[in-house]
Amino acid sequence: MWRVALVGVFISLAMPATGLAVQPDEMLKDPVLESRARDLSRELRCMVCQNQSIDDSEAPLARDLRLLVRERLTKGDSDRQVLDFLVSRYGEFVLLRPPFEWKTLLLWGLPPAVLIAGAIALSVKSLRRRTPSPEADPLSPDEERRLSTLVDTANPDH
Amino acid sequence: MIPELGHYALVLALALGLIQSVAPMVGVRMHDAVLMRLASSTALMQFVFVAFSFLALIACYVESDFSVATVYENSHSMMPLIYKITSVWGNHEGSMLLWVLILSFFGALVAGFGFNLPTTLKAGVLSVQSWIACAFYLFILVTSNPFLRLPQAPFEGRDLNPILQDIGLAIHPPLLYLGYVGFSIAFSFAIAALIEGRIDAAWARWVRPWTLAAWIFLTIGIAMGSYWAYYELGWGGFWFWDPVENASLMPWLAGTALLHSAVVMEKRGALKIWTLLLAILAFSLSLIGTFLVRSGVLTSVLTFANDPARGVFILAILVLFIGGGLTLFAWRAPMLKQGGLFAPISREAALVLNNLFLTTACLTVFVGTLYPLALEALTGEKISVGPPFFNLTFAPLFVPLLLVMPFGPLMAWKRGDILGAAQRLMAAFGMAIIAILLTFAVADRSSALAPFGIGLAAFVMIGAAVDIVERIGLFRLPLSVVRQRAAGLPRSTWGTALAHFGIAVTLLGIVCVSAWATERIVALKPAETVSLAGYELKFEGIARRSGPNFRELAAKFTVKKGGVPLGVMEPSKRSFASRGTTTTEAALMTRGVSQLYLSLGDTNNDGSIAVRLYHKPLVLLIWLGAVVMALGGVLSLSDRRLRIGAPKPAAKSAMQPAE
Repeated sequence: MWRVALVGVFISLAMPATGLAVQPDEMLKDPVLESRARDLSRELRCMVCQNQSIDDSEAPLARDLRLLVRERLTKGDSDRQVLDFLVSRYGEFVLLRPPFEWKTLLLWGLPPAVLIAGAIALSVKSLRRRTPSPEADPLSPDEERRLSTLVDTANPDH
Repeated sequence: MIPELGHYALVLALALGLIQSVAPMVGVRMHDAVLMRLASSTALMQFVFVAFSFLALIACYVESDFSVATVYENSHSMMPLIYKITSVWGNHEGSMLLWVLILSFFGALVAGFGFNLPTTLKAGVLSVQSWIACAFYLFILVTSNPFLRLPQAPFEGRDLNPILQDIGLAIHPPLLYLGYVGFSIAFSFAIAALIEGRIDAAWARWVRPWTLAAWIFLTIGIAMGSYWAYYELGWGGFWFWDPVENASLMPWLAGTALLHSAVVMEKRGALKIWTLLLAILAFSLSLIGTFLVRSGVLTSVLTFANDPARGVFILAILVLFIGGGLTLFAWRAPMLKQGGLFAPISREAALVLNNLFLTTACLTVFVGTLYPLALEALTGEKISVGPPFFNLTFAPLFVPLLLVMPFGPLMAWKRGDILGAAQRLMAAFGMAIIAILLTFAVADRSSALAPFGIGLAAFVMIGAAVDIVERIGLFRLPLSVVRQRAAGLPRSTWGTALAHFGIAVTLLGIVCVSAWATERIVALKPAETVSLAGYELKFEGIARRSGPNFRELAAKFTVKKGGVPLGVMEPSKRSFASRGTTTTEAALMTRGVSQLYLSLGDTNNDGSIAVRLYHKPLVLLIWLGAVVMALGGVLSLSDRRLRIGAPKPAAKSAMQPAE
């Protein structure tokens, strides 16, 4: 079931023979540039696949993007410039890690906000517990009387 | 005839389910014991009918009755028998039938083994359980009937998606469903308790075994799915943060939190309301998981793109059970009495911290998975949330969780001694620091964080061991006493230590693979060699073979290390004629707990073939850790206090060390 959906989608996209994502002929001679290209590829989405990076995907479009990334890198672009170029061309959809902005405020902000709120709530609660809790309230005279009656009836020989 | 019988049995199960939904509840209201007891019989009979229906569907697949639409869509007469059977749940309709089969199985278990439950609670639980069952029976019968016939029976089926023709994936869905559906019991207990308006520590004791069983299945199911993706999808990753994977991770995280908070409730009577909420949430996430996994159904629910009837029905089920459950919770929970005070430094507090981190981690996955869908539905803007996001947000939550973990079991209930616990963990601290320094000294510096990951894993592993060592008095008491104490230690204590050890084992595997896996991507001609991490692989040649329903192209490689031959690796590419698709079968060579991973790419005109070779150090620990966790769960499940109805002999309990 697992990745059936995903697999189903990319099979239906008439993917060529499954096999390798990055092909030997794509790779750059310079190992430093190549490793930067690989790192960048993992941040970029193959837009015709379901949730796959271009580094993992075998789709022709992913190959085009991989070649494009390498082309920009050999021309001397920085990582940031490569990403900006791809965003200007394909939109933010291409980034697997969306930038922090208004429309992603909840995405980035909600988990830390909940964590902090939870931590604050817990510490407030534990501080409040240091002050006498209702359970520590002394018994009222009426309760005292009832309690002693109960004890007496429970232990008649006392 | 067989499909019609199966269909009819399901209708009968629905009829029984409707009775079971109403009668026991009425019985509780009217204090009518006969009506309340009715629930047990109907629950057992529901299981019988659904099991019959499921067997009927299996029979259709086994005899390749292509007049049944789902059989035609998903099977092939030439498929091996095992895949004919597993393709029953390799599609939406069949998997839904498997879902209700497991649901009715759990219902029958409660009916059969819940003999010491209070009559009213048992009636309530079975009734709620039946509400869920009825919703799903209706869903299957109205929108996803697996028994529908085609007007004209085709000659041959369209075959099961080749990527599903694998034994790992065959057992994976049933395990996941056992996990998902297992949480339905916790949900039913929570709803029944809310309706009854009464909840106590005994409630937690009844719920815990079911939750634990569900958690064990889910743990194994997730691990198996992860291993399947690793070897079958051909690019050697073990976790992709894909929505379908996240769908199973969320109930696991919520379920883990539930297990821990239920302990607090059982032992100390605290966290009652929170535990109820977690029980509702764990099953809600399971429901979402079920539908997320089913072919991106949730996506289509939000867009109403294909098959609106199904989408609307699913939405209705989600709203009814999640919305209804939470509404009931908001209404009734404030009326329940909270109890059990504890100091900020205590085992309860440690478990509360555990819950805080686990639920936040769960929320992170939830937001990350559903945010793109919600944003697109609301504004039409498309964004992607992928592995880089989750790695950045999820990992920081697990680090503090794991750091606190060894302290929990070492602290006393109610008021703990953090300095004392830290003192007892000195050995673990020391070993962790040694592990960090050793890793810095030995390993290459490509990843600066990795040594700390190793250190954390060492700290958690030794911390788990320290807990046991302290309790049985190893190294400080005579051996005979130690043996006696070890035998007297509750199984759940062993289980806790083992499960905590297991997560550290998984962490160790993840850190090693992420930091030190190496790969080579090359095009090779026959007789050429490629070397990686000290291994030399020689490409011997290509062979063409044929299987029962596929043809394959297999490449043979001989593996040597330092001139010593180690064996042969044969990655292949299979093509399935009936669907015109190809799959990559990677070859794995296991060396200890590390693996060599080899998969094939395209063949080129010059006779060379592209290969991708990985060395994955300690990769098997990722899944072995999950197995250890599950074993811890099994040990804990066999604990006397959880075996319902078994009283604890006084002699044994006197021997347990004071907590």
